[in-house]
Amino acid sequence: MTLRIDPARVENAAKDLYIRALKMLPPDIKRGFDALVARETDKTAQSVLGVMVKNIAVAEKTDNLLCQDTGIPIYNVTIGRNVVVDGVALKAAIRRGCERATREHPLRSSIVHPLTRHNEHTSCGEGVPVIHIDFSDAFDGMRIEMIPKGSGSENNSWLRMAIPAEGVEAIKRFVIDCVLDAGGKTCPPTIVGVGVGGTADVCVHLAKRAATRPLGTHCADPEGAALETELSEAVNLLGVGPQGLGGDATAFAVHVELAATHITMNPVAVNMQCHSARRASALFTETGVAYGY
Amino acid sequence: MAHYELTLPVTEEATRRLRINDTVTLQQRLFGIRDATQIALFDRDRATRFDLRGHAVIHTAPNVKKVPTSTEHPTGYAPICIGTTTSMRMERFTEPLLRQLGVRIIVGKGGLGAASLAAFRELGGVYLAIIGGTAALETTWIEAIEDVDLDDLNPESLWQFRIRDFGPLLVAMDSHGGSLYDAVDHAARNRRDAALAALNVRR
Repeated sequence: MTLRIDPARVENAAKDLYIRALKMLPPDIKRGFDALVARETDKTAQSVLGVMVKNIAVAEKTDNLLCQDTGIPIYNVTIGRNVVVDGVALKAAIRRGCERATREHPLRSSIVHPLTRHNEHTSCGEGVPVIHIDFSDAFDGMRIEMIPKGSGSENNSWLRMAIPAEGVEAIKRFVIDCVLDAGGKTCPPTIVGVGVGGTADVCVHLAKRAATRPLGTHCADPEGAALETELSEAVNLLGVGPQGLGGDATAFAVHVELAATHITMNPVAVNMQCHSARRASALFTETGVAYGY
Repeated sequence: MAHYELTLPVTEEATRRLRINDTVTLQQRLFGIRDATQIALFDRDRATRFDLRGHAVIHTAPNVKKVPTSTEHPTGYAPICIGTTTSMRMERFTEPLLRQLGVRIIVGKGGLGAASLAAFRELGGVYLAIIGGTAALETTWIEAIEDVDLDDLNPESLWQFRIRDFGPLLVAMDSHGGSLYDAVDHAARNRRDAALAALNVRR
């Protein structure tokens, strides 16, 4: 049976997803906090983590946003099997939903023209919301994942076009140096996303995908997964700590995503997801729209 | 390590008493300020009718809702979510904030740099660290939006908040050259070699 996607439902979902993502922290992130709190040895860091955990409870109790940065809205659409959808209408509906969330909740629009700095107060603009569309044969229906990407972390993003002669060591060294350069500016503890391979733009996108992947997931590639484990441990030896005020909890984890690359290339990118690792998803099936993380 | 309750405005003497690792809870008044606000004030020579001498500013552009003006919401804005943004973007404005406007306390996220530290030392100022991303909690520390200036820059207007029990906040930079960020950065960079060794990176 074929699911015809109704743009009106997409618009409502896009609106609901933005608000949900801003208010409800995913359970994998909460578990991440529990793990960090359990092993933190520094007193200031314990206090800082405690405030972060308290904030999650206050946000839930007061039905408020976890963080005031409404971020850059990103919608990742995955079209599964047996779906009929008008792609143009889909993108327009997502955009309208994003704007409605902003106008109706209301939310602070953090989106401006890059040259004039004019804010339309819609969270929309040229190329924003960012909408990615991909396809999957793993399920029936359509999934929309919404990530409001905070700019504190986003403003600390890096790309290095290393060369093959520098090897995997260049990747490891780059990740360590990016974490040191970020310091407290990315609101640690972070999920450190590392992109490896691809073209330059694919590499940076992979870093974003890695940073915004749920905690507890692993790179599908075994070499990538091994790198994740190694880097996760090493990064937390640096002592940058929560908010860059010192301590063990510099990162929840390091995630790696990779793509094949050119024989002369060895690109590596780093993008971090701050501790307000916000994410919401909607699954469209024949039974309706189901919300999750 | 001491804790202080400070009712704004404060004196230079009270400001210079603070040392890194002390904690502070602010009372009464706090001014919200951000990139565009300071560009307007210092690069474009716009004036504000607010007197900021002895006061604390916080790096923020709050989420607000337009409501009818009332005694509860005299500006016609109700607070929805008020958090704190990355301070380092506004590093170059610390000196004029202190020198031209008489600000004593900057509340922000992630720290400021060497020029700010020097301004704090010369002119008598401190940086109090907000835990970034804890806006839901921070919003409960703000009782009301009392006034707003330069509102054409909304949401990066110059906001006047009435606050109660705002904190406790860590003194992360003081007027004596102390900076927790410098200390942590220095220590972390000294651990770089150990981290690389754990990764079997030889060079």
